[in-house]
Amino acid sequence: MDEFARSFLLTEIVKGFLLTLKYMFFMPRVTINYPYEKGPISPRFRGEHALRRYPNGEERCIACKLCEAICPALAITIEAEPRADGSRRTTKYDIDMTKCIFCGLCQEACPVDAIVEGPNFEYATETREELFYNKDKLLANGDRWEAQLAANIAADAPYR
Amino acid sequence: MLELFENPYVLWTALTLLYTVLIVAGVLLAVAYYTYAERKVMGAMQRRQGPMTVGPFGLLQPIADGIKLFSKETIIPSGANRPVFLLAPMMLFALSLLAWAVIPFDKGWVLANINVGVLYLFAVSSMTVYGVIMAGWASNSRYAFLGGLRSASQMVSYEVSMGLIIVCVLLCTGSLNLQEIVEAPRPLWMQALLFPMLIVFLVSILAETNRAPFDLPEGESEITGGFMVEYSAMTYALFFLGEYSAMILMSAMTATLFLGGWLPPLGISFLAFVPGILWFAVKTAAVMFFFIWARATLPRFRYDQLMRLGWKVFLPLTLFWVVLTAGLLLTFDALPG
Repeated sequence: MDEFARSFLLTEIVKGFLLTLKYMFFMPRVTINYPYEKGPISPRFRGEHALRRYPNGEERCIACKLCEAICPALAITIEAEPRADGSRRTTKYDIDMTKCIFCGLCQEACPVDAIVEGPNFEYATETREELFYNKDKLLANGDRWEAQLAANIAADAPYR
Repeated sequence: MLELFENPYVLWTALTLLYTVLIVAGVLLAVAYYTYAERKVMGAMQRRQGPMTVGPFGLLQPIADGIKLFSKETIIPSGANRPVFLLAPMMLFALSLLAWAVIPFDKGWVLANINVGVLYLFAVSSMTVYGVIMAGWASNSRYAFLGGLRSASQMVSYEVSMGLIIVCVLLCTGSLNLQEIVEAPRPLWMQALLFPMLIVFLVSILAETNRAPFDLPEGESEITGGFMVEYSAMTYALFFLGEYSAMILMSAMTATLFLGGWLPPLGISFLAFVPGILWFAVKTAAVMFFFIWARATLPRFRYDQLMRLGWKVFLPLTLFWVVLTAGLLLTFDALPG
């Protein structure tokens, strides 16, 4: 009898309706207005790769090929030879971004903090070829994001 | 040119045409922004933001959607029955606009003030089932056919109880003319008597317009898109417009039959300075909000539950209520007219 009255007076349904009304007016939104508003990301965020330079403009990479060796996806290809001043530098540093799994092992392996994964994750392209990054592209990324890359490395330094 | 308009027939035709265009334009605009309101309200109830990108607060989203639908290619399946396939959406859309002729927006603001307004409204809204069945059959697809069948049996089932509910209202008001129904005096006891019927009517219009929780004819999770599954671009847009203008029409119908149309709510006379059309719009919007609210709240019914509710609960209940209303009116000598 109790159940009959309850189903006839639609109490459960009215409760449900009041719940959605409560959500509509009194609950904060959980989504953000993405392209204009972005969620916070960690200093350890592993996004698009970049090759950094020293403050004097010299590139950091010494062509030790540790990143190439550790890369589990075999995404990195490096060729190197001594430069005119005798220092060892890369002549080719390619990352196939379609192979990369963003594990971060390359930046862990790097002894001079040259290759890093930056905070940028908005680098979608219209063609596959654009995702085969070469050394110029990676150095340009480094120049573009240097301020934030340095800040991220500094923020993470106490935990290493 | 001007002499032409001195002829009363020409003038009458021109004016009627003008009013028709006004009503159709108004309804289409309302449909466009109803879809926007639906996305915003559902978003808010699900703690999302809804459309935000096109225009300020996404206000131009319906226009962008419209342009997209108009400019896409209409695909007609090779197995489809072309004339019927193309006729179905047009018919559904035309029918959903046709019924607006008898809706009184304000005192005297009605295109066709006919004495069988309720019957006309009921007849036209029942006809929409043909559009759905035609679409389901002509698509030559199993999903579409199942959707059409479901829709047909669902709409027919709920029309029965809707008809009986309207009979209750007619007993209380004593007229089939929608203007007279609005103006008929309604003492408080009569409103209390009609209140349960309002609830049943609200549920029935959800079923009648194939809206959640009774959207089985579309049933995305079981029969993909139901009767609309083969439609694209403009033909799909016509279904969409037809469905939403039918929802607005049903809201207007509820406002007219139960909520007192253009009159201020509960007979509060000092609110009468507000133009009647505004009250009508507010009442209609309230029922339109209910449509969205129900969609955000309730999960879809199972088909046997839907049929059980229609035939085993609503039909006996409304039948009983017709007898009860008639009996009470007769006993207390309150029959109108």
